[in-house]
Amino acid sequence: SSFDLSFFLARTHVNYEVKEDVAVIRMNDPNSKVNTLSVRMQNEMIEVFNEVLANDAVHSAVLISSKPGCFIAGADINMIQACNTSEEVTKLSQEGQKMFERIEKSPKPIVAAINGSCLGGGLEFAIACQYRVATKSKKTVLGTPEVMLGLLPGAGGTQRLPKMVGIPGAFDMMLTGRNIKADKAKKMGLVHQLVDPLGPGLKSPEERTIEYLEEVAIQCARGIVHKKILLTKKKGMMQKVQDYVMGIAFVRQQIYKNVNGKVMKMSKGLYPAPLKIIESVKAGLEQGPDSGYLAEAQNFGKLAMTSESNALIGLYHGQVACKKNRFGVPERPVKNLAILGAGLMGAGIAQVTVDKGIHTVLKDTTVEGLSRGQQQVYKGLNDKIKKKAITSFERDSTLSSLTGQLDYSGFEKADMVIEAVFEDINIKHRVIKEVEAVIPPHCIFATNTSALPIKDIAAASMRPEKVIGMHYFSPVDKMQLLEIITTDKTSKDTTASAVAVGLKQGKVIIVVGDGPGFYTTRCLAPMLAEAVRVLQEGVNPKKLDALTTGFGFPVGAATLADEVGIDVAAHVAEDLGKAFGSRFGGGNVDVLKTMVERGFKGRKSGKGCYVYTPGLKSKDVNPDIDDLLEKFKLTPNPSVSSDSDVQYRLVSRFVNEAVMCLQEGILNGPVEGDIGAVFGLGFPPCLGGPFRFVDTFGADKLVEKMRRYEEVYGNHFTPCQLLLDHAKDSNKRFHK
Amino acid sequence: SLCTSNIISNILPPVSLWTGTAVRYLDKKESVKPVISTGSEQRKVQTKSKKTLAKPGVKNIVLVEGVRTPFLLSGTTYADLMPHDLARAALQGLLHKTSLPKDAVDYIIYGTVIQEVKTSNVAREASLGAGFSDKIPSHTVTMACISSNVAMTTGVGLITAGQCDTIVAGGVEFMSDVPIRHSRKMRKTMLALNRAKTLGQRLSLIGSIRMAHLTPELPAVAEFSTAETMGHSADRLAAAFGVTRLEQDEFALRSHTLAKQAQDAGLLSDVISFKVPGRDTVAKDNGIRPSSMEQLAKLKPAFIKPHGTVTAANSSFLTDGASAVLIMSEEKALAMGYKPKAYLRDFVFVSQDPKDQLLLGPAYGTPKVLARAGLTMDDIDVFEFHEAFAGQIMANLKALDSDWFAQTYMGRKVKVGAPAMEKFNLWGGSLSLGHPFGATGCRLVTTVAHRLLKEGGQYGLVAACAAGGQGHAMVIEAYPQ
Repeated sequence: SSFDLSFFLARTHVNYEVKEDVAVIRMNDPNSKVNTLSVRMQNEMIEVFNEVLANDAVHSAVLISSKPGCFIAGADINMIQACNTSEEVTKLSQEGQKMFERIEKSPKPIVAAINGSCLGGGLEFAIACQYRVATKSKKTVLGTPEVMLGLLPGAGGTQRLPKMVGIPGAFDMMLTGRNIKADKAKKMGLVHQLVDPLGPGLKSPEERTIEYLEEVAIQCARGIVHKKILLTKKKGMMQKVQDYVMGIAFVRQQIYKNVNGKVMKMSKGLYPAPLKIIESVKAGLEQGPDSGYLAEAQNFGKLAMTSESNALIGLYHGQVACKKNRFGVPERPVKNLAILGAGLMGAGIAQVTVDKGIHTVLKDTTVEGLSRGQQQVYKGLNDKIKKKAITSFERDSTLSSLTGQLDYSGFEKADMVIEAVFEDINIKHRVIKEVEAVIPPHCIFATNTSALPIKDIAAASMRPEKVIGMHYFSPVDKMQLLEIITTDKTSKDTTASAVAVGLKQGKVIIVVGDGPGFYTTRCLAPMLAEAVRVLQEGVNPKKLDALTTGFGFPVGAATLADEVGIDVAAHVAEDLGKAFGSRFGGGNVDVLKTMVERGFKGRKSGKGCYVYTPGLKSKDVNPDIDDLLEKFKLTPNPSVSSDSDVQYRLVSRFVNEAVMCLQEGILNGPVEGDIGAVFGLGFPPCLGGPFRFVDTFGADKLVEKMRRYEEVYGNHFTPCQLLLDHAKDSNKRFHK
Repeated sequence: SLCTSNIISNILPPVSLWTGTAVRYLDKKESVKPVISTGSEQRKVQTKSKKTLAKPGVKNIVLVEGVRTPFLLSGTTYADLMPHDLARAALQGLLHKTSLPKDAVDYIIYGTVIQEVKTSNVAREASLGAGFSDKIPSHTVTMACISSNVAMTTGVGLITAGQCDTIVAGGVEFMSDVPIRHSRKMRKTMLALNRAKTLGQRLSLIGSIRMAHLTPELPAVAEFSTAETMGHSADRLAAAFGVTRLEQDEFALRSHTLAKQAQDAGLLSDVISFKVPGRDTVAKDNGIRPSSMEQLAKLKPAFIKPHGTVTAANSSFLTDGASAVLIMSEEKALAMGYKPKAYLRDFVFVSQDPKDQLLLGPAYGTPKVLARAGLTMDDIDVFEFHEAFAGQIMANLKALDSDWFAQTYMGRKVKVGAPAMEKFNLWGGSLSLGHPFGATGCRLVTTVAHRLLKEGGQYGLVAACAAGGQGHAMVIEAYPQ
């Protein structure tokens, strides 16, 4: 029958109200904090749009979200993931393209009123409208983050953006996926008009701001109908020149070439999405819109089926999961936090804490150390002023929550103490005793260590249930990961509190069990041991770096060692070597120790594997390590020394150790394992983390490789039981 | 030159817009709704919550007299003066009007906002110049648009504490000239030049001067903490309270119309005439311009473009002017043979978020001062609120009349209600009379006293907002006649 069921179903996601001659279309997904372009949302939108077009009393429309912090956050990822073939995804893309084409060609002007996130499909929707008004709220961001999920803007974005913001601007947006704030969006020509967020009035600021945005958008809609607002702006001189230049085919070719070169250099060709974005833009500009839209839809379909996209989407979901506190709400929130040690780490922790409304004490033992740390915090905030993220006034008022001191005064008010003193068990024991003498009973003692087992540190504590590990990564303000380590004695509330603080600091958090090296350091150690062996086998640092970055690591192994510090690496190698035995062998620890003896401690000392000249970006290999490596020279075995074998030797040891951490219960699950490896250690994001890598690459293939290396090097490459289980049964997967 | 005119329009957006457009509706006169009593018929005095606000054991402090120079649009007749000249004129006017002996004052306090660097303690320079004894100490206070309120309440404090009996308080603002400085870079170079010992050092410093050094630094029109201009904040405030452009224009028109009626009826008796050196004698405020709603509707928004509602015509304009009041303990005043005009009673200062509640001082201060005095809104016969912007006034009235606002932001159970418009700013306000920042407070207090006398009321209330998100409110009681 021609019975249309949807006619009888009340609309739940999209509704509209006619205000005199303007239809106000409101979006609100009742089941979520954000609006996404789900099937339901799209269907209701089409229905509403048809009604608005058919209603003769309506001359224009305003498109607005009822959610305070979100216009449309993007397409529904699950909708894409539910597809099994690229053809299905291409079809989705084409449906989106068709819908937005109708919006673009609407005889009644549509004004998008944007407050909150306007991302991905949401942005594509907005730019299909005739006019855009956005609030200057901090929550208002526009962008095309698809590339970060290994996808491209698949609903006309690759075709409309170049026309709207110019070719270079469009590439910048789509290839970086970065968020653009309202002011910048106005400058770029992405939105036409800005609306200020309102403060207290006769309604809550959020509610009234949306109302105000709607009022202004309605005025704009009427203005367009009455020709008071012209949609085609007169072009300025600069614009005319730019258009002329971009009209030259040769110039465009140069841009494609340039952008392509940059992408290849940065991605090492490991990420297909940026290349497909360039391809789609090019198709539209060079062969016309029909080819362009077709290329966009087809490329979108292809990308959705790639392992890279799968990996990146997995990381996205993992990141969302690791931004939640699975230990519940702590009994008392941390309002006063004290940090011991104003070194790089301590000051970094202070910097990410003090602007979160937590009163922060930074304690050091010397005035010099303290001043250095205070200056680091100041500089961190000051740099944000330069980026216009905060005002100088906000910097000052934030800094008023930071107290620098040399003694323990005020520690009786501390809710949590994080120690970031030197990595020496005796010093840590002394500190814990000193601190416990002055802090109140409820105060948590967190220790920032990268390798010392927490239970060993807690041994000196009178209240081990309040002791926990919080392993930050350097530089603290840039690295997203926080690894929290619990012992058998750590109470659940202590863990909940540590996670709550970490989340406030903006961290992605994994909570792992105690043990030498916990999870992250433990995975890194065997890989670094292998890297040292590779160096001993005559591969120079530059080549080693190229091999690792070629595999997808953002930082090469030799550079990473320099960044971490050769002394730290030596320390860790020795400690973990003792704890895990010969399995952690490989390169000779004496290589590192000798380097330290000679003062080559890595970047911080100016020399390590490389020589660092201040002010110089490029770096040369440290010539003084040649004789050292000569002294420890090993003869490579040609059967396991091809470039690819070297890469897999490094990676397989990392991955095997990660799987073993899951096997031993150090890890809570593969999701946290992947997130920890990617966000803390730079495991290639395109592989999605060690566990997804095993799923994608095949445990059997990996085991096969490891057995080959095992024959040459012995137990360094013995696969762990869990990996063997997965190799035996191809149905076994870490991720469903 | 082009450069100068740019600077001026940068510092003075309201006035440049104002003078450009407002002149056209100078002569148009139209009557508006509120018709005011000129005092011939005295209003019936309601029963009050309290017979008087006198408190046992607390000194009664009285306002003996209040005067002000005519308030002029900046850049007009006062253009060539200095701030202390205006303050001096007000002080001399006060001396003249009260016949006060020049050594009978214990202390002089002035309020000002934009300081002339040469006369940073403008109170001292003005009082010396006005012929007061050099034995009378004087100091200058600042608290944005409520600076002279601080000057008065400081005086009240000194009297209450038994330190003084006779205080002259006042305020002055001179916007025809503002300190425009060299850039920080240039200043640094010039200071270094001062210390340079050799010709070589000097030449190298001079050689280091670049074009960028020559960009002048203007006095900030923006709030330091938020970098937002006050007009912009006022526009947002109006929007937050849903104040329409029409309401704002109507209120602005009301202010100008009432001011004109008051001026014509000779009610603005606090204004003294002032012979400006080299120019004419000034005897009247020159910013009062009743216009028509049609004319007002033509103006474009001045701050938030294109959809804002605050225009040059519904904002107060940049003004030059000074005020002065004589405050005494009641005993002293009576002993010296004065007939006081009013009692200065309870007062409060309030402050709130300088970003989103920059101009809500009256809404916060009014309920607080009423509670302090033990009065209700109905007890008040005369309201004088500082009119920074029509939108700001309307927002404050709406806030006072909102239970939701009272509960959500003021921790009150119920609203106090908005003042009755037939008691509100009946002789014009800052929008029409002008608003020399530092001087307005004394004008408000004097006006309340004069209106109480004229209209026969007992209690009056002054309220004002100020930059920094601060505010002031004071209750004034008529002196029994």
